[in-house]
Amino acid sequence: MLEHYLGLAVKTIFVENMALAFFLGMCSFLAVSKKINTAFGLGLAVIFVLTVTVPINNLLFNYALTDGALAWLHPDLAGYDLSFLGFLCYIGTIAAMVQIVEMTLDRFVPTLYAALGVFLPLIAVNCAILGASLFMVERDYNFGESVVFGLGSGIGWFLAVVALASIRERMRYSNVPPALRGLGMTFILTGLMAIGFMAFGGIQL
Amino acid sequence: MAAPGRKALLDPLFENNPIALQVLGICSALAVTTKMETSVVMCGAVIFVLTFSNFFVSLLRNNIPSSIRIIVQLTIISSLVIIADQFLKAYLYDISKQLSVFVGLIITNCIIMGRAEAFAMQNRPSLSIMDGLGNGFGYSLILLATGFFRELLGSGKLFGHTVFPLATEGGWYSPNGLMTLSAGAFFIIGGFIWALRVWKHDQVEEEG
Repeated sequence: MLEHYLGLAVKTIFVENMALAFFLGMCSFLAVSKKINTAFGLGLAVIFVLTVTVPINNLLFNYALTDGALAWLHPDLAGYDLSFLGFLCYIGTIAAMVQIVEMTLDRFVPTLYAALGVFLPLIAVNCAILGASLFMVERDYNFGESVVFGLGSGIGWFLAVVALASIRERMRYSNVPPALRGLGMTFILTGLMAIGFMAFGGIQL
Repeated sequence: MAAPGRKALLDPLFENNPIALQVLGICSALAVTTKMETSVVMCGAVIFVLTFSNFFVSLLRNNIPSSIRIIVQLTIISSLVIIADQFLKAYLYDISKQLSVFVGLIITNCIIMGRAEAFAMQNRPSLSIMDGLGNGFGYSLILLATGFFRELLGSGKLFGHTVFPLATEGGWYSPNGLMTLSAGAFFIIGGFIWALRVWKHDQVEEEG
């Protein structure tokens, strides 16, 4: 059982890395990777929000939305299938969680809050967060698996963004063709990193 | 057509492209472009959602309190995405399976939120529709071009029809497997941005 969870964690962190294999969370990935400090902070926020939202959405899906999920309330409700409301519910949960994280940071870690600035509210529209919830539903994870999956994808995203930020800080000393500076070069760097992460693809767990 | 409408429609194609310059909506641009077919369907869905979300947000712009505007916009957008998703499931089931979670991810596609926030909240509905269409086309332009190269070079096909006969099937073309992988998409879009900025020199970023 433990091996199963461990395998899932390694798979989500390295093999199926959210940012590099599924291109999720790319917008903030590219936007905040200019400095290591901000990348680090946003990465931590993403880990936290993912670990909380994926399990919550898992409960929401299993006890409110899927076919026959409402049977625990009343037998008459067993016939309802509300899964088409999924998108709306998941995004609602995510937006609420992001709000909570924002208020907590503002209260307890104001320096980090100031550093993240506008990017924190943007986590709500970070595709990695909603993507993880949708993958969780599509792959039919149970509650335990969804905790591991949320945490794992968060860590994977965190690693990728910090690594990219470190490379970009170094790029300042390189002579990049003018038209390629900034966004263009970042894309190519990310592509190279994706190839690097592909080396984990052969791992069988 | 009035000048501002035309500007809103045409600017996002090259002058202010949502992907290449505004850095919006990249996730889906990369993920669905392994084949032309999925790219076309994705573009259709995004243009639909973007145009109508711009229209509705613009229509309601004077009634939305600014403190809860994000959640109102998200609700409008997710309702539109649910319509698009149900439509695809009903009429194009195979493609909707291939797109998997990426239809749902249109909700968090930053182009849509970005345009609602930056344009539709300040402009009248007719102009916002133009802006939605224009940005939708600018997005589609990059998406289709990427899909074209990835499918052609990665599997020698276009829309599933063989263009370059593959070496494994007696033809002459050995497919470039890199193009079907995620890394290929990054390189192609990076290349596009490079080409666009060589052409439009004012888009070049200073040390970033």
